[in-house]
This record gives sequence, structure tokens and C-alpha cells, in this order.
Amino acid sequence: MAKEVSPGVLALRKVVEDVYADARVAKKEGKLVGWSSSKFPCELAEAFGLNVMYPENQAAGIAANRDGEIMCKAAEELGYDNDICGYARISLAYAAGKRASRKFDPETLEYVINPASGRPLKDADGKVVIDPETGKPKKDPKTMQPYTVLDDIYEIEALPETTEKEIAYKNFRREAIKPYRQMRMPQPDFVLCCNNICNCMTKWYENIARMCNVPLIMIDIPYNNTVEVHDSNVAYVRGQFDLAIKQLEELTGKKFDEEKFNEACKNANRTASAWLRVCDYLQYKPAPYSGFDLFNHMADVVTARGRVQAAEAFELLEKDLAEAVKVGKTTTPFPEKYRVMFEGIPCWPKLPNLFKPLKEHGVNVTAVVYAPAFGFVYNNMDEMVRAYYKAPNSVCIEQGVSWREGICKDNKVDGVLVHYNRSCKPWSGYMAEMQRRFTEDLGIPCAGFDGDQADPRNFNEAQYETRVQGLVEAMEANAENKEG
Amino acid sequence: MSIYTLGIDIGSTASKCIMLEDGKEIVAKSLIDVGAGTSGPQRAIDQVLQEAGKKREDMAFILATGYGRNSLEEFADDQMSELSCHGKGAGFLFPQVRTVIDIGGQDVKVMRVENGVMTNFQMNDKCAAGTGRFLDVMARVLEVDVQDLGTLGAQSTKYVGISSTCTVFAESEVISQLSMGTDKCDIINGIHQSVASRVAGLAHRIGVQDQVVMTGGVAQNTGVVNALQEALGREIHTSPLTQYNGALGAALFAYQKYQKAHKG
Repeated sequence: MAKEVSPGVLALRKVVEDVYADARVAKKEGKLVGWSSSKFPCELAEAFGLNVMYPENQAAGIAANRDGEIMCKAAEELGYDNDICGYARISLAYAAGKRASRKFDPETLEYVINPASGRPLKDADGKVVIDPETGKPKKDPKTMQPYTVLDDIYEIEALPETTEKEIAYKNFRREAIKPYRQMRMPQPDFVLCCNNICNCMTKWYENIARMCNVPLIMIDIPYNNTVEVHDSNVAYVRGQFDLAIKQLEELTGKKFDEEKFNEACKNANRTASAWLRVCDYLQYKPAPYSGFDLFNHMADVVTARGRVQAAEAFELLEKDLAEAVKVGKTTTPFPEKYRVMFEGIPCWPKLPNLFKPLKEHGVNVTAVVYAPAFGFVYNNMDEMVRAYYKAPNSVCIEQGVSWREGICKDNKVDGVLVHYNRSCKPWSGYMAEMQRRFTEDLGIPCAGFDGDQADPRNFNEAQYETRVQGLVEAMEANAENKEG
Repeated sequence: MSIYTLGIDIGSTASKCIMLEDGKEIVAKSLIDVGAGTSGPQRAIDQVLQEAGKKREDMAFILATGYGRNSLEEFADDQMSELSCHGKGAGFLFPQVRTVIDIGGQDVKVMRVENGVMTNFQMNDKCAAGTGRFLDVMARVLEVDVQDLGTLGAQSTKYVGISSTCTVFAESEVISQLSMGTDKCDIINGIHQSVASRVAGLAHRIGVQDQVVMTGGVAQNTGVVNALQEALGREIHTSPLTQYNGALGAALFAYQKYQKAHKG
């Protein structure tokens, strides 16, 4: 039976679809399109009516579509070290023109199907059909996919178009590029980078700008080693906002539209408020949805928080959740026995593997750090600067611990599952100390596992399962100890 | 009538079984030097049943643990992680235990134990440095038996630093030391200190509290135990049953689960 999807979730999906679809149309019409880091002040681009897309969101989508490895390898072949963030590697490979594509026969122009792909064929009763010859389940031909190969859009565009055969081949090769939206994001005409989200961004975007020969608009937000943001820091970033506006004016040939800017700020604030209220629904016991859903909804906060449609979609989701709580419905497909905070970005290529032992043990993710990280509301430009100063990797450990312990308490978690993300050293680096503090301050067990947000080569299922099981057993023991 | 429970620990390099009577007395034990994915688990089970003169049907509850715990789905009544089982086993052998350090074939675990139950833990990352496999690799390069490492390391007279970052790098360091004519005993001592330094780092993350108990096959290596004692500045307790500790914990949990199921 197909999973029921609420109107709010459908609306949120459409908002993100539209961001990419609008950008594709704009590119076709010869308008400027840009790539932006996730926590660049989108309000500035909105003031110029620019179409902007988000490589982090794109990389997560590519990884979740199982093409992270081929793109990471492509970046490594270009000379980027495999120690660099997986999102950056995917994005850099993409910027260089590399694409995950479907293998086809150049003579017949037919896709070459991978026999290992596809789901098991089921009969009318929903039972798996076994092949009498092999004794193994038969594959449903409808779900079988061609092999994935690496292609290059610049190579494709350089192909000759003199004969009919050449034209057909070239067109087929264009069409063979994987059809999902993240693999069909237009190349950038400018890039917007704000390194509040991580420092790797700076070089990542410099490289894109150089590869694609496009302007880079950079906002540098230094690591903040105090909980408060000092006035001098605000002045430093405010100056850069002013410069970015000037650069955008030069780029677009338009004057900064204050009215549009104010509208974008209003929308961003409205989106952030609705986002926070949606996040708060995880406080219910049992929660009407899971933190994994929240990871998906993150795409909207990242790609469209300045659009009114994002605010409206979150408000719609809020209504759905209120109703779900009222009737006792949840999207979590198992009874909630334990509640944990999932720390870090998920391993997108391994989401089913990540979910499997959690489901087996009745563990629901009811807290993720993204709620405070993206739920910022401001009233003027200086407050906006302060808001953009605070991202998971730009705040000091005291602030980081306080954010997380606040959510752990509010969302009533029994334990913490920490992803030591090979792609994100700044984030993973301080987790050992954070884990120690969570246990000391909150009296809850924590388990860490190795993984990667985009590169499946850095995740080991057996190791992960043992750690989840260990965490469950420790949460059980903890509960029994508390009961006496 | 006595209640017999069986704990089976299928590790990555060895299969161990412990049979308990009434959750207290060890009736039989077995150890086969190959682990998950081999004939080891079955042989270990056959051996322990034979030694006790019992059959599968005589077992009130069987609990599997270790890396290969899921492979015994049909034979065992339940499975638990080796983390809890090592905590439980150590708590049985040393009732005052608060910290358990287990160096297994392919992982290192440090567990906090409260009232004999594991309440928190830290494990190594994916790197094999500091694990039992690390010592196997080094013993092979040094052309000595892994069981003799403790005795040989004790004869060391000079400090030789060996990296604890990576097994492959450490191996090349050992080869380079050998080619320079460094005494094998000094190299072995350096290897033990390298393992200890890595494990101590992990232990400090969770906070080391007395009593500290070391379990797993590597606890039989006195060189590693001594180096770890020095690195942690604390006494480390070990048991002759160290290699069976996970299986012992599994057998104890099996008894507990049987009791719980038959209470009401």
C-alpha cells in the first residue's frame, strides 16, 4: 500500500521542485542563475529576483539517489582528496561537468539494464515470486534500471552534429543523464558563498567559480568563540552584506530593491517561525513524525526560506501535525519505544540501513540539531547578521551544547546517536566532548558510529547495528536503573 | 531441577561458548579459533554440549552475542550486543567493576558499568589500529607467535616508538625497525605501548573509574595490560576467563531472560 502523504508534505515537496524547475526555465530564457551555500543570506538574492540553487541540497539528493560514490570518485579523479567533504566532492564534480548517467548501447540507442538492479517481483497476493531455475526471487522488470556510468556535459556538447546518426546519438546521450532534478541542475552564472555553515565552503566555492569562470560573492563569518556575537563582528559582517549588495547590483545591472528585500525578510521570518513550530511537534510523546522527516523538510528551509510558498507549506504541515496529534497518528511505521537525538547529517546513501535497526528496536529520532540552526527570526539588518552568525559549525562548544541539551530535554530523549561524519570534521571533531557532557548533564547514554553524509564507502552496516543495539541496551538499563 | 543456559559469543576471530547452571556455575566452556562466517560457531556449540553431556533441548535459554550474533537466529532464543554481554560478564567476575575495556579481534570497546549493567560505551572508529587484528599483523611481521608477545615484550630494555594511527603505517614502521636491527623485544614493547595509548584515549572519552577490568583475548597479553595500566595510571583486573567473558555475559543474560519469562 502506498504511504499516505499529508498535504503539507506534498506542498513542501512542490516548493523545492519549483526552486529547481524555475531555475531551469530561467536558464533557458537566458537569465542569470546562481549556486549558493545553504546559509548564505538568501534575502539578498531574493531582493534582485535571482534564481538560486543549493549544491548542498543537490549533493544530499544525489547521494540519496545512490550516485554519491560515482560523483565522489569523479572528483577524486580531478585531483580532490577523498578527505574532503562528500558534498563538496559531488558538487565539484558536477561543476566540472560530470554527471551520473544511464549506460546505453551507442549503436542501438537502448539502455543496458543492470541485472542486479530492481525489486523482487510480487504476485497478486503480494508474495515474492521465486524463479524455479535459480531458486532466487525474480526481479520486477519495471523496477530494473540501467547501469550507472559517468558522463561529461562538456564532452557531450563538443560532439559533432553533422549526420542524423550523430544528432540522434548526441541527443540520446544528453537524455541519458539521470533524470532526477538534482542531476539536472543548470550550471551557475554566479556563486554565493557564506562560510558560516563550514570553512570548507570557501575553497569549494572558489573552485566552482574558477572552473565555471563565474563571479564569487563571498561572505566570511569567522568561528565565534563566545556565545554572544560582539558588535565588532556584526560590523565586519554587515560591511560584507553591503559589499555583496553592490556586487549583486553590478552583476545584475539592477538597483537593490528594498521592497523586495523586506518582503524576502518577512517571508524568511515567517518560514523560520513555522519551521520552529513544526520542529516543536517532535516534543509530543509519541511524536507525530520522525526527525528523519525533518531532514527531508530541511530542503525547504535551505532552498526557499525567502519564498512565501515555503512559509505557507510549513504552516500547512503544522496543521497536518496538529490533526495527527489530535487523532494519534504518526508517520513512524512502528511503536515508539525509545526516543533519541540523531546528531549530525544522515548518511544519505544508506538511509534504509540507518533506519533498519532503529525500526527493529522501536527507536524514533525525536531531536535533531537543525531546529535551532535554521529557526532564526530577526527584526533588522544587524539582527539578521547575528542570526547568520549562528550555524552548527560556527558557534562555540558552549552554545552547541546548550542548543542540543535544550532540544534533548524538550523532546524528551533517552539517548543520543552520534554520526561521526567523515565528511564533516568540524562537526564531528567536537562530538566526543559533547557526548561526554550529554551523559554528565542529562544522564543519558550516547553511541557514536562512523559514516559519511554522501560517500557510502565510509559506512559499515554491521558496525552501525552493533552500536545502535548497544545504545538500546544501555537506554534499557538506564531506564531500569532509574526505576530502581 | 537445574536450569541450564548457554551463551555463545561469535567474534570476528574466535567462537566461544559458556554453559551455566542456575545462572551461577560454569558447567562447560569451549573456544574455537575461527569466528563469524566459518565452521567455528557450530564446532564451539558441539564441543560445549559434548563436554557437559547435554543436548540443545536441555538448554532453557540460548543467547548469542558478538559480530556473528545474527547468524544464529534459528538456534538461539535471542541475541544481544557484545557490549552488554561484556559488561555483564565482567560484573559477574568482578562485582565492583565500573569500567570494562575489551579489545577484540576487530574492535575496541570501553564500557561504563553500573550495578553490573552496561549503561554507556565508546567504540573505536573504523581503523583497526589498537585491535587484536593489529597485534596479529605485527606478530606475523615479527615472525613470532601472537601468544608470546607478552613474554617477549617484557624483555625489552629500550623504548621504541611505534605509531598508533594506522595498522599499515605501523607495520611499515616495524619493518623499518627490523631492517635497522632493532631488538624484536623492544619493538614488541613499542607495539604494546602503541595499543595502550590508543585504547587509553578511547577510555578517557568515557571517563575511567575503578575498578577497571580488561576482557577479550588481548587481555591475556601481559605486555598490553601493563602498558595500559601505565597509560591509565590505574590497576587493571583480568580473569583467566577473559576470552570467554562475552559468552559468560550472554549465558547470564540468557538466565535472566529465562527467569523473566517464567516469572508470571
